[in-house]
Amino acid sequence: MATVELSFSALPVHVRTARLIVTAVARRSGVAETLLDEVRLAVGEACSRAVEAHRRHCPDEPVRLELVGTEHRFEVIVSDTVPGDDAAGGLPTIDDAEEFEYGLGEGTAELGLAVIAGLAEDVDIEATPKGVQIRMSWPAEAEATI
Amino acid sequence: MDLKVNDYTTDDGLTVINVEGEIDVYTAPKLREKLIDLVNKGKFHLLVDMEKVEFLDSTGLGVLVGGLKRVRAHDGSLELVCTQERILKIFRITGLTKVFGIHDTIAEAEEKRRGAR
Repeated sequence: MATVELSFSALPVHVRTARLIVTAVARRSGVAETLLDEVRLAVGEACSRAVEAHRRHCPDEPVRLELVGTEHRFEVIVSDTVPGDDAAGGLPTIDDAEEFEYGLGEGTAELGLAVIAGLAEDVDIEATPKGVQIRMSWPAEAEATI
Repeated sequence: MDLKVNDYTTDDGLTVINVEGEIDVYTAPKLREKLIDLVNKGKFHLLVDMEKVEFLDSTGLGVLVGGLKRVRAHDGSLELVCTQERILKIFRITGLTKVFGIHDTIAEAEEKRRGAR
């Protein structure tokens, strides 16, 4: 099992870095080239959601990312440390026009979750008192190089 | 890659916004400011050319929806030019293909606009 772990400060600029790393590791783990765009976008969405949650609740805490390559799957776990109840309670809906308009509120996060659900082959979102964990995976059929 | 945003207004009163680069949680505020600035200047008919957009996430979608709400408050319009499948897929997943007029070219958008008047 090949695992890469990454933690980064809750800043929007680092989401891009996370996307680059995930794409590189996914490729090396044997994810098909045709799926790499989906991996990059879905993980970027999960990281953006976590960064926004941390910026509101615990800006000094890093966001954590785990990339796990097994024989036939490539799994990504994005974890924040915002208690699930807080995150859920702070979720304005898309109908919250003012928040949504600024494009950085949780209305966008709802769109983000829709994007993740539409792109990842397998998604599991777990909200616990310790934080929210988004687990996504894709098939890794080619021969892994890590 | 950073985001480049430029605009021009046609004789018809359509403001075309050329966007180039990645629209994500880091760069989307730049596009949001441009849309707000244009609306504040009385430009209510906007066409966002996304042919050179390399990446778009939900933050970018949120900014476009926000722009649409702003122009609609002035009986305006915000439509898109996009033929890139990987970008269009995001609009389909989120159901936003029903919200935005999406054209293949700027010329096509201009023609439909003339036809609708």
